[in-house]
Amino acid sequence: MSIPLSWYLILAAALFSIGLFGVLSRKNAIAILLGVELMLNAVNVNLVAFWRYLDPAKMAGQVFAIIVFAVAAAEVAVGLALIISVYRRRKTVVADEIDLMKW
Amino acid sequence: MTADQIIFLLCAALILGSALMVVTTRKLIHAALWLVAALFGVAILYAVLQAGFLAVVQVVVYIGAIAILFIFAVMLTRREMLDKGAQTRSNWWLPALLGLLILTGLVFLIIGQPAFGRTAAEMPAGVDTLRNLGTALVSPDAFVLPFEVASVLLLAALVGAVYVASGNKE
Repeated sequence: MSIPLSWYLILAAALFSIGLFGVLSRKNAIAILLGVELMLNAVNVNLVAFWRYLDPAKMAGQVFAIIVFAVAAAEVAVGLALIISVYRRRKTVVADEIDLMKW
Repeated sequence: MTADQIIFLLCAALILGSALMVVTTRKLIHAALWLVAALFGVAILYAVLQAGFLAVVQVVVYIGAIAILFIFAVMLTRREMLDKGAQTRSNWWLPALLGLLILTGLVFLIIGQPAFGRTAAEMPAGVDTLRNLGTALVSPDAFVLPFEVASVLLLAALVGAVYVASGNKE
């Protein structure tokens, strides 16, 4: 284990930034969710790296990573269900055109 | 440069390259497949970090369930956006600038902290992380409450997703 902790943190920061770029720049609602997945994975890499480098005897980092897994699964299930429902009614998946509640 | 570091760098290249393809490629189904590659790279990182259980969960839950769900959703909605117009907003440089700013800021912060230059200590002998993880998840002194909250959240999401996605109900 000769990898400095900062390598993991920088990798996670880069992955998070790429995900953020995807979320903000894509038009398709499904592609936005793909970006969110990348960001959640970046957070998980950070959590597991901190667990391994700081206190491997306590499992807090891994437990939190598992909860992030559960939240990601819930988010994707509900998000894709919403997108499919919107697509069925309005025949669009472009986030800009789903503007019924835009004020 | 040790073997560990070479594996890490290859992994990082795989993850970042696939992530870039996810956010830039035109065809959404290809983006979902690139996401699978990125998630697989993260699973390898978990294995390098000696979190074997998380590596397996990453493959089973993320690649096996979430990525497949994405592919299904793309196939159910694909006709609209496949070849029509740009996939990114016209002002895509603004998010790119924001991402670069956040990245450089974070990298400066991380490099400025000497504590983050440490390498990991050897895993203490006789520590069974999988057993510890299982105990921590159900022990009342540890994380049983977040664990139960997560399970309730999953149940609510399951019911909600079925309700929202199931079509016409009058």
